[in-house]
Amino acid sequence: MTDTAAILAHLTAEQNAASGVEHGIKADEWERLISRLGRKPNLVELGIYSVMWSEHCSYKSSRRHLAKFPTKGPRVIQGPGENAGVIDIGDGQAAIFKMESHNHPSYIEPYQGAATGVGGILRDVFTMGARPIALVNALRFGDPGHPKTRQLVSGVVAGIGGYGNCVGVPTVAGETQFDEGYNGNILVNAMAVGLADQDKIFYARGALPGLAILYVGSKTGRDGIHGATMASAEFTEGEEDNRPTVQVGDPFTEKLLIEACLELMATDAIQSVQDMGAAGLTSSSVEMADKGGVGIEMDLDAVPQRETGMTAYEIMLSESQERMLMILKPGKEAAAKAIFDKWDLDAEVIGVTTTTGRLVLKQFGQIVCDIPVAPLGEDAPNYDRPWTEPVRRPAFDITGYPEPKDYGAVLLKLMSSPDMASKRWVWEQYDRHVMGDTVDSSQSGGDAAIVRVHGTNKALAICSDCNPHYVAADPYEGGKQAVAEAYRNLSSVGALPIAITDNLNFGNPEKPATMGQIVKSIEGMAQACRALDFPVVSGNVSLYNETDGKAIPPTPVVGGVGLIDDLSKTATLKGAQEGDALILIGEATGHLGASLYARVWLGLKGEALGPPPPVDLEAEKKNGTFIRSLIHSGLVNAVHDVSDGGIACAAAEMALASGIGVRLVGNREPEDKRDEACLFGEASALYLVAASESQIRAWDSRGFMPGRLGVFGGDAVVLETGWGHDAPEFQVKLAGLRAAHEGWLPGYMNAAD
Amino acid sequence: MKTAVIVFPGSNCDRDAHDALNKLTGKPPAMVWHKDGVIPEGTDLVMVPGGFSYGDYLRCGAMAGNSPVIAQLKAHAARGGYVLGACNGFQILTETGLLPGALVRNASLHFVCRPQKLTIASANTAFTSAYTGGCDIVLPIAHAEGNYYADTATLDRLEGDGRVAFRYAAGENPNGAARDIAGVLSENGRVLGLMPHPERAVGESEGGADGVGVFESLMAAA
Repeated sequence: MTDTAAILAHLTAEQNAASGVEHGIKADEWERLISRLGRKPNLVELGIYSVMWSEHCSYKSSRRHLAKFPTKGPRVIQGPGENAGVIDIGDGQAAIFKMESHNHPSYIEPYQGAATGVGGILRDVFTMGARPIALVNALRFGDPGHPKTRQLVSGVVAGIGGYGNCVGVPTVAGETQFDEGYNGNILVNAMAVGLADQDKIFYARGALPGLAILYVGSKTGRDGIHGATMASAEFTEGEEDNRPTVQVGDPFTEKLLIEACLELMATDAIQSVQDMGAAGLTSSSVEMADKGGVGIEMDLDAVPQRETGMTAYEIMLSESQERMLMILKPGKEAAAKAIFDKWDLDAEVIGVTTTTGRLVLKQFGQIVCDIPVAPLGEDAPNYDRPWTEPVRRPAFDITGYPEPKDYGAVLLKLMSSPDMASKRWVWEQYDRHVMGDTVDSSQSGGDAAIVRVHGTNKALAICSDCNPHYVAADPYEGGKQAVAEAYRNLSSVGALPIAITDNLNFGNPEKPATMGQIVKSIEGMAQACRALDFPVVSGNVSLYNETDGKAIPPTPVVGGVGLIDDLSKTATLKGAQEGDALILIGEATGHLGASLYARVWLGLKGEALGPPPPVDLEAEKKNGTFIRSLIHSGLVNAVHDVSDGGIACAAAEMALASGIGVRLVGNREPEDKRDEACLFGEASALYLVAASESQIRAWDSRGFMPGRLGVFGGDAVVLETGWGHDAPEFQVKLAGLRAAHEGWLPGYMNAAD
Repeated sequence: MKTAVIVFPGSNCDRDAHDALNKLTGKPPAMVWHKDGVIPEGTDLVMVPGGFSYGDYLRCGAMAGNSPVIAQLKAHAARGGYVLGACNGFQILTETGLLPGALVRNASLHFVCRPQKLTIASANTAFTSAYTGGCDIVLPIAHAEGNYYADTATLDRLEGDGRVAFRYAAGENPNGAARDIAGVLSENGRVLGLMPHPERAVGESEGGADGVGVFESLMAAA
């Protein structure tokens, strides 16, 4: 009894501004808290304010700018604001998807950090009633030469595989890049896509008063306490000491939770539902109360607990994984508990919704928290942080650098560079085929994965994209390009791009230059979304990716989803035939600023890289539409969008995928450019296509100037240079190119140093 | 052919097995919940699906191998019924003793998912008669514990009795399995365990269609 009394005294003790600071509540926020509450908070209440007002939960630095995204469209059923976005894919079905970061925890504890990132994003999707059908990961690591990089790659990949493989959702696509800018803060962004019937979608909103609150899933332990707060602060040296704030995942329980929830959702029992992600029981209960305009009263003694002696503070802030909170329709408690019992999962009624608009918590029979809900949600802080316009870089001038003597050596070096090299070592550790609907995955090296809508002839195309070098060079154009590249990648497989989810990874928003990157890249992305009819339906913001004052490169990742109406009308970058022409759709401008060539071959960094290629959104739309029409008419054998490494690398990838060589003829446009600009220049709205002469004759290419770049055949990539028949040519055998392209990552990971 | 699929907590290829059997036999299999489910009378083939039964905790297949439904599975096998265990299903069958040997951690220590070239080591079985002996097929694999292990005497006996049904193609062993063994049969030839996933290779997906032969063979035998 004395124990209980002591705990209660500790929990209900009045707190002051100093303890607010310890909880990450700044002076002005402390004033706001006092004004909303009308008194000083106790410890439990302060803990709840601190997580709900953290950057991670409140989006307080980004909210007003995120409002610039177009979020509506004829196919949008649910935009941002729920657990995930929902789009109409016809036939009464919906695709539900979102991308989310787990950057901070993955750096501190790579296996569990990445694993729980996958678990969290899966819950966002099945919370809404969707069966998850695909996972995607966008990973960014530090310089391969940095002493921590190899271990981080190894742990993150094992964690993603360990979780996704076990729950039985295929990991079908992703990207893995390396840059010294991520040495102190890696990025682990996970995306999940699910499938549901439109009349069986569940929301966090819609709670009514007087209903039972059901807790289901794993027991609550002391893991992950204050994870959301950690994810809202910069790192300093010795951050590994934060390991106890990283959660531990249990994919087996998640699998049971998926099956049990979907079984319950097939009945008419749930009024509203929310998974327990960041800030656990606090955010899940507050979000449902806030969105439903109700109050919530919970008895924390009823919460299933893994450890004894947990306090209300710990229970409310725990980020133990694999838990959900549901508000049930009247009289459904027994039916719900029976289903969870079948799956050996805990399910307990822990409270009730009320009409008070307050969050009231009890422990040991005493009230330990009684605060209004609204200031935690809608009325949370919302800052207009000062920002500065990013500085424009002067144009990149290639004439200041020597022309390469051996273009074959350039191709080999680019294709085996860390960003371009095959990521087979990564994706072979992911089950890409479970569920039986994977039509095309990382395995083919294609632009987007293709996953069948189960039991139909339709499919979703899924991709993730960002070129942080472009964004660093020009946040606005780089933001546009991230969206445009997703549009191209989906179009390249014949899918109609429908909507995106975004994962905005930046440094400290309290620094005006970083805030400028955030604002301008959001504006660029929004512009591209508008122009391409490609709205944002969900997303996540990860700020404070800084260590010792040094921020990551700005990395707004775009996860794109497109619809394929007929699986017989798709294309991939594989499929070129001997004798096919290599055709360029779009206008190559020979732009080398911020290019792979400038980074890898010339070894340039930062300002010296110059600006990225400008993005012509009108051309994106026009060329994407044309490419899709060619695919739908069966008039191409293979398609690949041109991105990092320009035309030469894109053609080389098509050659590797088909096992047939390709010759890129000389006399290239634009005539005034040097060969390296023509071969390795980057741009927007560019596609390479392999097609036979008879296919080409059937093209209706009015308004386009398809450029013949070469022909497929032989066993080598041949790069002709210069003008005239005596110009030199460079040959790289496919076998050698493949060895270099495939060899880098396993060689790096298996190196013994 | 009348079929059934056992579902354990953590099975994740149960739907794939269901769909493959439904497509190829024309009839949906009975889905048998491990705790209180019943393998219907007259069942010709029971499939033990892949996945992570019980989260692979303790040891892959160990807990599922002691689940209530296993007694029925053993009775089915004792009656001469067919049993097909793929991936985690293979691991479970070795744990129950229906098949010899064990599946240990891949030599690479990594999970491996790839299209895997296999050689039909014996076409003279109820599971492989639709293939040509010695020919190569490609089936998807996806496992971290597929490294087949048995003592030398057992391996010699399996080979001598023609009970090795599938081998990894020469030089392409993905997990360090003894003698490149990918799939083995019980003494009576009615129980097959294999690491590759034939149920993921029945057409129209990245897994290809080379798994169809396993089911066609069974339909001819049953």
